Amino acid sequence: MSAASTSRLHAQVGVAASAGRVWGMVLRYWYVIRSSWPRAAELIYWPLVQMLMWGFLQTYLAQTTSFAGKAAGLFIGGVLLWDILVRSQLGFAVAFLEEIWSRNLGHLMMSPLRPTELVAALTIVSLLKLMVAMVPVALLAYLFFDFNVLSLGIAFAAFFANLVIMSWSLGLVSTGVVLRWGLGAESFAWLIVFVFLPLSCVYYPVTTLPVWLQPVALALPPTYVFEGLRAIVLNGTFDAQLMVKAFVLNLIYFALGFAAFAYFLQRARVHGSLVQMGE
Amino acid sequence: MQKPMYQADGGGAAPVEARALRKVYGDVVAVDGIDFSLHAGTVTALLGGNGAGKTTTISMLMGLVVPTSGDVRVFGADMARERHKVLYRMNFESPYVDVPMRLTVRQNLEVFGRLYGVRDLRGRIAEVAQELRLVDLLDRPYGKLSAGQKTRVSLAKALINEPELLLLDEPTASLDPDTADWVRSKLEDYCQMHAATVVLASHNMSEVERLAGRVIMLEKGRIIADETPQELIERFGRTNLEEVFLAIARRGADDTELRS
Repeated sequence: MSAASTSRLHAQVGVAASAGRVWGMVLRYWYVIRSSWPRAAELIYWPLVQMLMWGFLQTYLAQTTSFAGKAAGLFIGGVLLWDILVRSQLGFAVAFLEEIWSRNLGHLMMSPLRPTELVAALTIVSLLKLMVAMVPVALLAYLFFDFNVLSLGIAFAAFFANLVIMSWSLGLVSTGVVLRWGLGAESFAWLIVFVFLPLSCVYYPVTTLPVWLQPVALALPPTYVFEGLRAIVLNGTFDAQLMVKAFVLNLIYFALGFAAFAYFLQRARVHGSLVQMGE
Repeated sequence: MQKPMYQADGGGAAPVEARALRKVYGDVVAVDGIDFSLHAGTVTALLGGNGAGKTTTISMLMGLVVPTSGDVRVFGADMARERHKVLYRMNFESPYVDVPMRLTVRQNLEVFGRLYGVRDLRGRIAEVAQELRLVDLLDRPYGKLSAGQKTRVSLAKALINEPELLLLDEPTASLDPDTADWVRSKLEDYCQMHAATVVLASHNMSEVERLAGRVIMLEKGRIIADETPQELIERFGRTNLEEVFLAIARRGADDTELRS
């Protein structure tokens, strides 16, 4: 190594070096959000629309049915938690898509940035985007529909953690698919999460599903979160065991998600698709 | 105490060494068992027509593409398996790979500086902006710059870590002659000051004649000539490299007389 580059560069190994690269990538995505108000507005727009729609529906049902009257917060809580899953997954996947849209992936892939560091940056960015999207929506739920998400206390922290980890697993799989097949597979990154809407029983109990489909629902961590929400809203009880089951499943899904991402990245290097990333 | 940098080569390995390097995509042989080694501080041009295997070869040098067989080592590190040991010593510039459009020039240089672990990043950005006449452009979004300005930014990104190995893919494509000449001068200055090793892929033969001390010519994934530009010109009895390129391209890859 030349004397010039030794003096010019920090150490390349170790936690500090890795954190420096992750921070570089977080800044990169933050600068994009900051540079475009339509992008920031887009983060908030759909969760806000969803909240208004479900909030008014719940208000109407509360006035007309005794069940909905009793179960205030069921729909609003459901939509809030569902949006955490969706927004976090999209935050992860869209940040990665930015690299392909801007034709920057080649630069990143031949920089010292490691795949684990890219994933770490994407998870941090998904959390940042989630905050931008969900804080105004949670405020709206409180001010307009009298639903205070923080009143769920520790349960909300457990719900939040389980949904966000699941969203990262989905983000890993969807970005892996885009890495391998290019922008032709972009819609996969946008849509993958929506299969969880019916299967993880966001707005109804697992028992509503046909018997043969219930094991599938119970194999998905978000199902336990939404069951947990219903237990709190309807019975006033927090079932910690549900959250432990969800967390264990999440660990498995995250490991599988990262393995899929690493596999697709390696296949992309074999097929040469990193060089010709596009449709 | 400062953590050690990686030392894949122990300080003595060739900057680039390709052995029996081969890449096959389905039925297409993109690179067909090529061997070459580059010495430190030299500029080598990789030439060939479209589809000759230049991009695939450069991609394997960067570790973006895994060889089907054979191997490529950069500073002694196998790029298919241990590229992260040496990536900080390299950089790359191509008009076909952009940096993020919405970020300003300064933000882009900051991001890449952090990825490469550049010390005194603010100072280095100021330095490289000065060298490449970017001072007035630092706070403008990259996407709003002209082609020539974008090339200067890409070059600044490529030099931010003062690489020992610089890979350039048509560095002056789509530039006006004056800007192209200026970019070549900057590259010459950089190589002279830093004794950097450069791999240059270009279709501009006068650029190759000016910058490169060695030409590796590829056709259908094979090396069909490997010598200095002057030797090639003399051997073919031509007046410049452009004429040599045309003569070789029209003779075909099977002509063994081309091999040096």
